[in-house]
Amino acid sequence: MKRIVPWVIPILLLLLWEVMARLGLLRAQVLPAPSAVAEAAWRLARSGELWTHVEISTWRALTGFAVGGGIGFVLGMANGLSSLSETLLDSTLQMIRNIPHLALIPLVILWFGIDEEAKLFLVALGVFFPIYVNTLHGVRSVDRQLLEMGRAYSMSERQLFLRVVLPGALPSVFVGLRYGLGIMWLTLIVAETISGSSGIGYMAMNAREFMLVDVVVFSILVYAALGKLADSIACLLERTCLAWNPVYAKA
Amino acid sequence: MNTAVMDRASSTMIRSSNSGANLALRGIVKSFGSQQVLRGIDLDINAGQFVAIVGRSGCGKSTLLRLIAGLDEPTRGGIAVDGETGQRNQATRLMFQEPRLLPWQRVIANVEVGLTQTMDTRSRRNQARKVLAQVGLADRENDWPGILSGGQRQRVALARALASHPRLLALDEPLGALDALTRIEMQELIERMWLDKGFTAIVVTHDVAEAVALADRILVLEAGTVAMDVTVDIPRPRRRGDAAAAAVEGRILDRLLLH
Repeated sequence: MKRIVPWVIPILLLLLWEVMARLGLLRAQVLPAPSAVAEAAWRLARSGELWTHVEISTWRALTGFAVGGGIGFVLGMANGLSSLSETLLDSTLQMIRNIPHLALIPLVILWFGIDEEAKLFLVALGVFFPIYVNTLHGVRSVDRQLLEMGRAYSMSERQLFLRVVLPGALPSVFVGLRYGLGIMWLTLIVAETISGSSGIGYMAMNAREFMLVDVVVFSILVYAALGKLADSIACLLERTCLAWNPVYAKA
Repeated sequence: MNTAVMDRASSTMIRSSNSGANLALRGIVKSFGSQQVLRGIDLDINAGQFVAIVGRSGCGKSTLLRLIAGLDEPTRGGIAVDGETGQRNQATRLMFQEPRLLPWQRVIANVEVGLTQTMDTRSRRNQARKVLAQVGLADRENDWPGILSGGQRQRVALARALASHPRLLALDEPLGALDALTRIEMQELIERMWLDKGFTAIVVTHDVAEAVALADRILVLEAGTVAMDVTVDIPRPRRRGDAAAAAVEGRILDRLLLH
């Protein structure tokens, strides 16, 4: 019963939507029926068009994430561990952080054109900050008492990093990771919609020109599904890596 | 006032041990900024002795222990463990007021923290298992520290401290956060381990009864100097509420409350 109840309203809404579309209360140019969207999905999947676009979008998302997140993680660690590095870099980074990265789109198009580099640059930049800020915070909030214990038990600096600092910072890094994943898709949607000749955003914009509203709606759903998938994977990873933490322990 | 000082060595000579370390403190001064916390402490602690340091809060007892454990350096003066003044090593272990276990490592791995990295993995694991069994937690080796009780965590911390067979164990109010019954259990466990292994033990506590229950010798610290040095000649095992123990406890409390 508990499992069914949350689904009652979404299913009712979907049925209502279908009925209204069939009765002609919703015009197909505004919002096509769910069944029409499903048909479009089937068509795109069969022709292979869908997979090509999903593949290129996923590749862009992950590459941008790896570059931006990687740099953010390394700099967050460095600035958390070394006050020299922090004094040198942190205020510069905080200044850049105040620029909304999507505001750079015109400039980025001037620099890179509308090729892959532009999208990767934007995704990497967007993902960088949540990872950087949360990694830095994580390193800073590592329990001083545990660090002292490690030293008293003659751990080497390497040991101290691997056994105390890194696992201690990890919960915070995961917060940044999940936040960064959200920004990753958001940035990619904007970048692909504005310019491009492939990807889910392109698929949606292309369909708009031909008034294929069902494809447009379906593209939006694909983005939602990919976002949800990424978050679920991050969630699973979090629960595995932080199994020691009672907050994440399986009930 | 402290006639007992004269023959303070007598009770410890009997169980003088080759697995405990001698400790010599000479003219120890420790200042933080303009604040002088320790004002010249000279102390000799015999191998295998169980010494308790008591005093009001802020008297410098924890500072003294941190110096002995090698966590801080004295401003002036020197500390020699078995005649050596250099860096403290595996032979000295410190047990903190908090368990300070790594929450992301299982119990057994936390005990292995106390063992040197040069040992191979298997003998480390075996040694850790052995000590864990000695503190009565053999069946918890694969648990996360987060699900243990406060007393169990402190027992894991004791196992970690003893895993490398230290010759000197410094304990900084290790039982301060435990409830009364768990405290007594832990005191008995620490005493048993000490009798068994013969290390030199130095415990800082604000609980005079605890000091009397455990120690051969009690040092009362006052304003950064040793104000009283009492030998406790009560035979072990000591029974709680013993008249002789109450007398020693009363004498020390009188001194502490006087000032």
